[in-house]
Amino acid sequence: MHKDTSYEAVMSRRGEIMKKAVGIDYGSFELAGVAFDYEQMMRKTGYSLEQVQKIQRSTGVGNTPLLELKNLTALARKFSPKGKGARIFIKDEASNPSGSYKARRASTSVYHAKKNGYKGVIAATSGNYGAAVASQAAMHGLETIVIQECYDSRGVGQPEIIEKARKCEAYGAEVVQLTVGPELFYTFLTTLEDTGYFNASLYTPFGIAGVETLGYEIAMDFRELEGKDPDAVICTNAGGGNLTGTARGLIKAGAENTRIIGASVDLSGLHMASDTEFNRKSFTTGHTGFGMPYATWPDRTDVPRSAARPLRYMDEYYLVSQGEVFFMTEALAQIEGLERGPAGNTSLAVAFSLAQEMDEDQTIVVQETEYTGAGKHLQPQLSFARENGIEIFRGNPQEEIPGKNIILPSHPELIKVRPVDLKKMKTSYVKNTVKKNAIEQFSQDEMVFLQEEVKLDKVKLEAILKDLSIKY
Amino acid sequence: METIKKGSWVRIYDVVLKSTERSPNLPEDTKKVPLEMWNKGFLQKDAEIGDRVTVKTLTNRLVEGKLLEENPTYTHSFGKFVPEILPIGRQLKDILRGGEEDA
Repeated sequence: MHKDTSYEAVMSRRGEIMKKAVGIDYGSFELAGVAFDYEQMMRKTGYSLEQVQKIQRSTGVGNTPLLELKNLTALARKFSPKGKGARIFIKDEASNPSGSYKARRASTSVYHAKKNGYKGVIAATSGNYGAAVASQAAMHGLETIVIQECYDSRGVGQPEIIEKARKCEAYGAEVVQLTVGPELFYTFLTTLEDTGYFNASLYTPFGIAGVETLGYEIAMDFRELEGKDPDAVICTNAGGGNLTGTARGLIKAGAENTRIIGASVDLSGLHMASDTEFNRKSFTTGHTGFGMPYATWPDRTDVPRSAARPLRYMDEYYLVSQGEVFFMTEALAQIEGLERGPAGNTSLAVAFSLAQEMDEDQTIVVQETEYTGAGKHLQPQLSFARENGIEIFRGNPQEEIPGKNIILPSHPELIKVRPVDLKKMKTSYVKNTVKKNAIEQFSQDEMVFLQEEVKLDKVKLEAILKDLSIKY
Repeated sequence: METIKKGSWVRIYDVVLKSTERSPNLPEDTKKVPLEMWNKGFLQKDAEIGDRVTVKTLTNRLVEGKLLEENPTYTHSFGKFVPEILPIGRQLKDILRGGEEDA
């Protein structure tokens, strides 16, 4: 019998399709009201840190070099007040088999799919995750389908995404490329239904458990190198999994005093589902278009409960401009001898600015790099921007307007991060919870859950609820 | 027109959802255009460019669409030279050496 494949019919089968394709009974972690048992979900369905380490060792994932960026530190100190200028380190995640930290995130999912008898895996991603899944699947002998949002209605594709498609195909994956729009999810569902493959979602406990080793390694490497924990770890933040996994790993290593800092490229003003604005941005991930909505409403993902919940862990969050990140990408190549992809350097740009405010005996770890190549490099990405009418010039990056221009700093001293008001984000999270669940009053149990969700003590959470006139 | 042989590696195109079938929650510009798809596979029957065909993809799925090209080539590159990038490295090295940059 043929199933109804209309948009509405497929979307209405969403729950059933996902349950089969992920194999997790999310309902068993639900508590009263809006609450669910996050730690129980991570324990029951994820893998322990030791298990993940073993899985990753067997596929060449992880144990990447931790490098000190002495020249960038020296450069930052040129503009720092006396006694300031923290030392900057970088975890060279481009050394992973597929060229990014996403190999960690894919490793457990693909291992789990293989163990449970799935013949293949599917990932909905325009990012490095596709190649990571395809690479891991090649090792385990599974098929891979990657579904990308790649083109605008003129058929013009982002060079970075086209390169990522090539890399997926290099590992033997089938790549389905789509035009702009959230209905990618519809194609994703029909493909899952059609194949019976495993959904290698970015947001299951498998994926996030895979990233925990990154935070854990940073703590262990750093103690070996410096005999202490780093003062700050900076994570590029989009869907929240990178930051969540890294923070959990640091906590598991006992590095509880390390500040967890999020970093995103500021793309405010550009609509992520807009056909005409799609090619007016030069970053396809690590930006506010994902960073803000996913942090303030994590359960918008393809699974009922996302394991990526960045507000639980984030101590600070900063934005940088596209021009600042491209500049730092060039700096990393020119004075540190590391040619790496731009998107992964978002946190590097934040580190360069923050280092100037921190004491010189303090330390910052930038927790990733990614591979670079044709299409996925500042040269083609800036060239593409120019072809799409974006002005490119040297000047003050603080004046950059996303979608209109990209301002490469005329001097490194002009690289200055903008702090995000976390209280405002936490308030948005609460507002979204109220709206999505039609809440009139929160119970005491829900209050405990919310405190964990937004990392606030009772008094501060109550202050937010009072401001919003919500009863508890 | 030249016939493309059965078994050739080809690229196809299809409309997944017409503009009228799309999700209601879309920006105005996206609402006006269909959701389109591109895929690649082995051609199942001899055909000409523009024909409606079936291909077998790398995961052995049968997918239908309009035939676009044989032996699809990657054309992404390092783009046109962007001269604004060039002075950055020299400027940073000058600053590190203690001199004033002239970039």
